Amino acid sequence: MTPGRRHLEPLKEWLIERFIWLCGVSAIFFVFAIFIFVFREGADYFFSGFKAGEFFTSIEWYPTSRTHVRYGALALITGTFSVSFLAMFLAVPFGLGAAVFISEFCPPRLKEGLKIVIELLAAIPSVVWGFIGLTIMNSLIVRLFNAPIGLNMFNGAIILALMSVPIIVSIGEDALKAVPDSYREAAVALGCTRWQMIFRVLLPAARNGLLAAVMLGIGRAVGETMAVLMATGHSIRIPHGVLEPVRTLTATIAAELGEAPVHSDHYQVLFIIGILLFTITFVINITADFIVRGIGRK
Amino acid sequence: MSDLAYSIVTRDLSLWYGEFQALRSVSFKARNGLITALIGPSGCGKTTLLRCFNRVNERYGNVTTTGEIRLLGKNIYDEDVSLIELRKSVGMVFQRPNPLPLTVYENIVFGLHIHSPARLNASALDEAVEQALTDVGLWMDLKDKQKSKATSLSLDQQQKLCIARLLPLKPEIILMDEPCSALDVEATRQVEELMLELAGRYTIIIVTHNMAQAKRVSHECAFMLMGELIEHSRTEDLFIRPLDKRTAEYIEGRFG
Repeated sequence: MTPGRRHLEPLKEWLIERFIWLCGVSAIFFVFAIFIFVFREGADYFFSGFKAGEFFTSIEWYPTSRTHVRYGALALITGTFSVSFLAMFLAVPFGLGAAVFISEFCPPRLKEGLKIVIELLAAIPSVVWGFIGLTIMNSLIVRLFNAPIGLNMFNGAIILALMSVPIIVSIGEDALKAVPDSYREAAVALGCTRWQMIFRVLLPAARNGLLAAVMLGIGRAVGETMAVLMATGHSIRIPHGVLEPVRTLTATIAAELGEAPVHSDHYQVLFIIGILLFTITFVINITADFIVRGIGRK
Repeated sequence: MSDLAYSIVTRDLSLWYGEFQALRSVSFKARNGLITALIGPSGCGKTTLLRCFNRVNERYGNVTTTGEIRLLGKNIYDEDVSLIELRKSVGMVFQRPNPLPLTVYENIVFGLHIHSPARLNASALDEAVEQALTDVGLWMDLKDKQKSKATSLSLDQQQKLCIARLLPLKPEIILMDEPCSALDVEATRQVEELMLELAGRYTIIIVTHNMAQAKRVSHECAFMLMGELIEHSRTEDLFIRPLDKRTAEYIEGRFG
């Protein structure tokens, strides 16, 4: 190295440090910027005409009524939660089970194949999933369950589950892979069966990572728009069974924002729904964080 | 049944990892209640031999074994041998201390839990923990730390804990794979003393790189080279009057 270059070395270090700092800080900046933008778009109405009571307790969502406009989002909130919950009910056991299988039971060659398939599954655009829900799942549900309509909560939940499983599997598998092999050796040498090793050693050792996997899956389910819009039937009601159509918060924004006049009350309420979604995912993440910390402290 | 003087007897034991032959017809005997050291240069097969005795080698999948291994008179490759029971009676201590990411207490009762289908009585468990920790000389240090994470202990405490967690299962044989290589001088001395205290009650096989350690702790010593068992005799004899030229060269430090 020439003396001149060596002279530049501290500057280079400094530049790299600044650049990495900028990358980190920009992430925070963008999150806040998005939040502020979404909030600003809905702020006017939020502080003047917005009726929180109606929004959270009424199921009457008539944003374009000529005589009596009502913005009751309870059915939409229930829709989002019921579809996401059912989706997780299906996806978490399958996802974690698949992660355990791939990391602990699978012969190496099958493992490579499976991982490629799972990545592929994660790469399918959501509109394609929606299309599958609209056509294949739709007729399948009508035929199998004798349901009046195949576009319903169950359909949406299966599609969402299929979309979340790849995330849960790949992050869950990473978490299990990160468990030191010495733990497995210790367990095996003490005479554990495979299941004892998995339930008593691996799952507890990997729980933070597995929890993160589940949380990301939930995040995906709550935030997903296009697929649920196409698969759930998009009808505003509180479902009494899994075979009834529902409508979610996200699908409502996607379907109505294009038609709502900019800065109208309707437009602003849709942004308030955006804020609500933001809050939901925020709360999920914070909860996950607290759970992880709580576990870590013990 | 003269063999019962020996806890471990192998006959013509050969082992392959895929195409690579790691053991070449090893016939080895370990006397009951003594400490037998396996020495030899890296890659000589001493760890492989050790890992045959509780069959943890089989974890790797592409392992082929021929020959016979008898533990306490029983061929461990017989169809009716339960790996779980085998590993219950043959404990293992690893090179790096590997306590499970649980509390000290849970680490010690772990073996009891996995080997008993019924719920165990809490006071019996407490007693087992106290006994095990006393046996390895950790009770005074850890009696108030039973609820703390085992992974947060010092390395030598971790290694002693790894020995302690074997004891409630009442093993016959304890296998040690370079148990002191991660420890400092003082901790090594303590673990060696512990081994000498445990000898008699348990048959101990220790793999070590450290010839001085083999001299200090073992009653018998086996020298291995390139997958073969070259020489096995009383430790004093092996170090003072080795019969094989290769043994002599190794203990003089000409190779390895």
